[in-house]
Parts: sequence; C-alpha cells; structure tokens
Amino acid sequence: MASNAENVIEVRDLDYSRGPRQIFKGLNIDIRRGDVTAIMGPSGTGKTTLLGLITRQLVPDGGHILIGGIDIGKLNHKELYRLRRRFGMLFQNGALLTDFSVFENVAFPLREHTKLPNRLIRHIVLTKLHAVGLRGAADMMPAQLSGGMARRVALARAMVMDPEILIYDEPFVGLDPISMGVIVRLVRKMNDALGITSILVSHDVQEIATVADCSYLISDGKVAASGSPVELQKTQSKLVQQFMHGMADGPVAFHFEAPDYEEQLLGRDVE
Amino acid sequence: MFNDLYQTLKEFLRTFGAMQIFFMRLLSNSPSIFVKRFGLVVQQIYNAGALSLVIIMVCGLFVGGVLGLQGYSNLSKFNAEDSVGTFAAFSLIKELGPVITALLFAGRAGTALASEIGLMKATDQLSAMEMMAINPLRRVLVPRFLGGVIAMPLLVAVFTVIGLFGAHVVGVSLLGVDAGAFWQQMQSTLEFGDVMEGIVKSVVFGVVASLYAVWEGYNAVPTAEGVGRATTRTVVLTAIAVLILDFMITAVSI
Repeated sequence: MASNAENVIEVRDLDYSRGPRQIFKGLNIDIRRGDVTAIMGPSGTGKTTLLGLITRQLVPDGGHILIGGIDIGKLNHKELYRLRRRFGMLFQNGALLTDFSVFENVAFPLREHTKLPNRLIRHIVLTKLHAVGLRGAADMMPAQLSGGMARRVALARAMVMDPEILIYDEPFVGLDPISMGVIVRLVRKMNDALGITSILVSHDVQEIATVADCSYLISDGKVAASGSPVELQKTQSKLVQQFMHGMADGPVAFHFEAPDYEEQLLGRDVE
Repeated sequence: MFNDLYQTLKEFLRTFGAMQIFFMRLLSNSPSIFVKRFGLVVQQIYNAGALSLVIIMVCGLFVGGVLGLQGYSNLSKFNAEDSVGTFAAFSLIKELGPVITALLFAGRAGTALASEIGLMKATDQLSAMEMMAINPLRRVLVPRFLGGVIAMPLLVAVFTVIGLFGAHVVGVSLLGVDAGAFWQQMQSTLEFGDVMEGIVKSVVFGVVASLYAVWEGYNAVPTAEGVGRATTRTVVLTAIAVLILDFMITAVSI
C-alpha cells in the first residue's frame, strides 16, 4: 500500500455488498489534495454508499480506505470522531436540525465542540452565512427555506469548523437553474479560496464539467473511466459515451432485468 | 416448522441482546450528560413531563373518582364505607398510579419521542450529527431517555395525589363519608413499604417506557411507514412490558 502524499483520500480494492448485491468489487480511487473531484455514475451504482464508506458510517467487506495516509479501518471510536472533525458534509436534503433556527444550525458544531464566547460564535456564523448569501435568513426556521436555500445553509454549517475536506452528496438535485448556478460557483469558490479538498457525488454531467478538476465514472462496482471532464468526453468507451450524452440504451440497459417479454405475455403457465 | 420456531427465537434473542447493549450504552453515557449537559436534560423533562401534566391530572382525577364510587358502593355492603380512603390509597399508590401513568406516558410522551427520533433519522439529521463528530447517542438519545426517567416518578406522584383528591371529592363531599375517618384510616393502615412499592414501580416503568421509546425511534426504518410503525410499537411494547413487570414486582413484594 504505497501512499502518495498528494492524495488526501485513497480507496484501495474496496469490496462492499448490501444483502446479496455486490455494490463494489475492487474499487480504486485517488482524491488529490486541493482538487474538486467528482464521482459520477448511473443511479444505483452506490455513489452515496461510497461516501458512507469514506466517512466510515458504513464498514467495507474488504479493502482499505486511507485518509491522509491513515487507514480508517484501524481507528477506534474516539479517533474516528477526531478524524470526522476534518470533514464537512453536505447531505442531499441539507439535513438541517428542524427545531433550530438557521443561525443555531450553523452555530451547532461550534457550540458542541468549542467553548468560544457567544460574541465570537455570532461573528463566525454570520461570516459563514454571508459567504453563502444568507445572512438575512439567520432567524428563519429550516421549514421556511426553499430547497436551494436549505442546501446553502447546510453548506455554511459544513464549513463552520473550517474542514479540510468537504463532501457534497448530490448537491445539484432538484434545484432550479439559478440556485444550481449559485451552488456550482460556491463549490468552486470554497475550494479555491479556502484550500479545501472537495468531493462531489453527482450525475449532472454539465455541472460537473464546469466545476470538477477530475472525475471518476463508476459502473458495475468498478471505476469505468477517470480523468478531467474533457478527457471523459473524448473517451471512446460505449458506457462513458452513453452516460456523458444521456442516451437511453447502451451498456446500461433501458430495461431492468426481467424474464422474456414474449413468454411473460403469452406464456401458458399464467393463471 | 421447528426451523421457523428456531429462527423466530434466534431473532428474538438477537433483538433482546441488542437492546441490552443499547441500554448499557445509554446508562454509561448518562452520568456525564447529566452533569455536563443538564440544560438538555431539563428541556426533555419539560417535554416528557410538563407537557404530559394535563392528561395525567385529568385522568388521575377521574380514576380517583371512580375508586371513590366503586369503593363506597362495595364497602357499604359490609358497613365499611369509612375504609374508602384506605381502599383508594392502596389502589392508587401501589397499582393504578404507576401503571396508568406509565400507559398514559407511553401514549403521550413515548410516541412523541419515538416519532421525533425516527423522523430525525429519516431526514439524515442523526447522520449529519455523526458527520459533525457529534455522537447522536449522547446529544439526542441520552437526554431524552433521562428526561423520561426523571419525569415518570414525578408524574406518578402527581397522578396519585390528584387521584386521592378525586376519591376525597366523591367519597367525602358527595357520598358523605366522614373526612376524619377517610384520612385517619388511610394513615394508620398504609405502611412505608406500600409507598416504596409504588416508587419502585414508577422508577422501573419510567426506565422501561423511556427505553422503548428511544430504542424504537432510533431503530425505526427511516421511511414514513417505518416511523409510524415505530410509534405504534412503542405503545404496544411498553404496555405489555409494564403489565408483566407490574405482576412480577407485586409478586416479589408481597
């Protein structure tokens, strides 16, 4: 297991199954420091599962995940929690705490982990909210926010402890074009201005192309292709072509696995 | 068929064991949360206790009233209507206070806890906390568990006192039992051990009801249906456990 200092996260020969279905078979991924790395793949390939494995909310069946050269499989509970402080994670639906206001949501990690005075907490929270353009919404409750706003608040909360690694789980799903543009710009801005490493799980090819430095296309439990978005566009592989151009049929079949059509409609054994 | 039986038994034991471990984790984290994050616990005592007061008081009043009526009509056959107070006190302090309060508590506070925790899980709030390196067991579950455990005996006390008041209103004010005899007999027959039995029950039921609520919420399938089912299971399981334990504690203390 040679560990490269340029890589913040290294996934080596990862195996993972859920029930009888094998989701990853020997997956290898490198995530370079300071890059925006996108992880793409058709729905159901286990992109979100991969994030769960990287943050060790899930335990793999085989293989290793190294973060900054440390095998996270060998950490105990306390060390794992210390490691997680270096992460910020943006959940698909924001996962804001519904009984706290926007301000308290962003302040939550600070109040739990630090003993900073209230004035300073206020200062930090307002700065982070300002960065995502929602300083004016500080007193609102999560239920009053639109989907895009909730995601921006969640982004402010993910950044509040100044993490080294920011993880975005499907940040573009269900947003209108304006909010989508806002989030895309924020991802890039946070990454470059604060020197964060960003990991992005998505299947929005267009958005990925504008924001990612490097992307991995996962299919069938393995990396099907990797490289910059431009390189991926040029790849000749049928699967990559199908995915990048959104074609209905190809290596990823339009039909879910089913018995023979004719037989099922005309078969005699139907009661 | 034997295989089915074996599988069911195995599944039952596994769940039971997991619950014991969960209970131990709650207990081992309780002292530090109680000391360091007392504010969180107080908030949960308010949620589980203060917000259940109305239902507890109304039910207590009427249960006491019924005891007064039933006690009077039966005891007067033996010319012993003066013992209505004793009868009501024994019933309330040893049995009805802890049991009915626990059942009401499961319906009011237990369901609220289970659905709240289940929904927090379904909306990724618990995972989000884990990712912020905040242990949801300590931040969310333990304060709620402690709040329930502390609130239950207090609610039982309120229920019992209001129940005695109800019995007094019916027995003394309406049916004309002598007030002196009502209270005097109660004082001379009721022993410390009887009150102790009630206190032990209220504490045990408080632990059981809070544990089931927190457990079901935390282990709910994170969907709308799953949270609904967890809420139902909280009430059903608490009711069964409370009645079985009530029998066992009574059997031991007689």
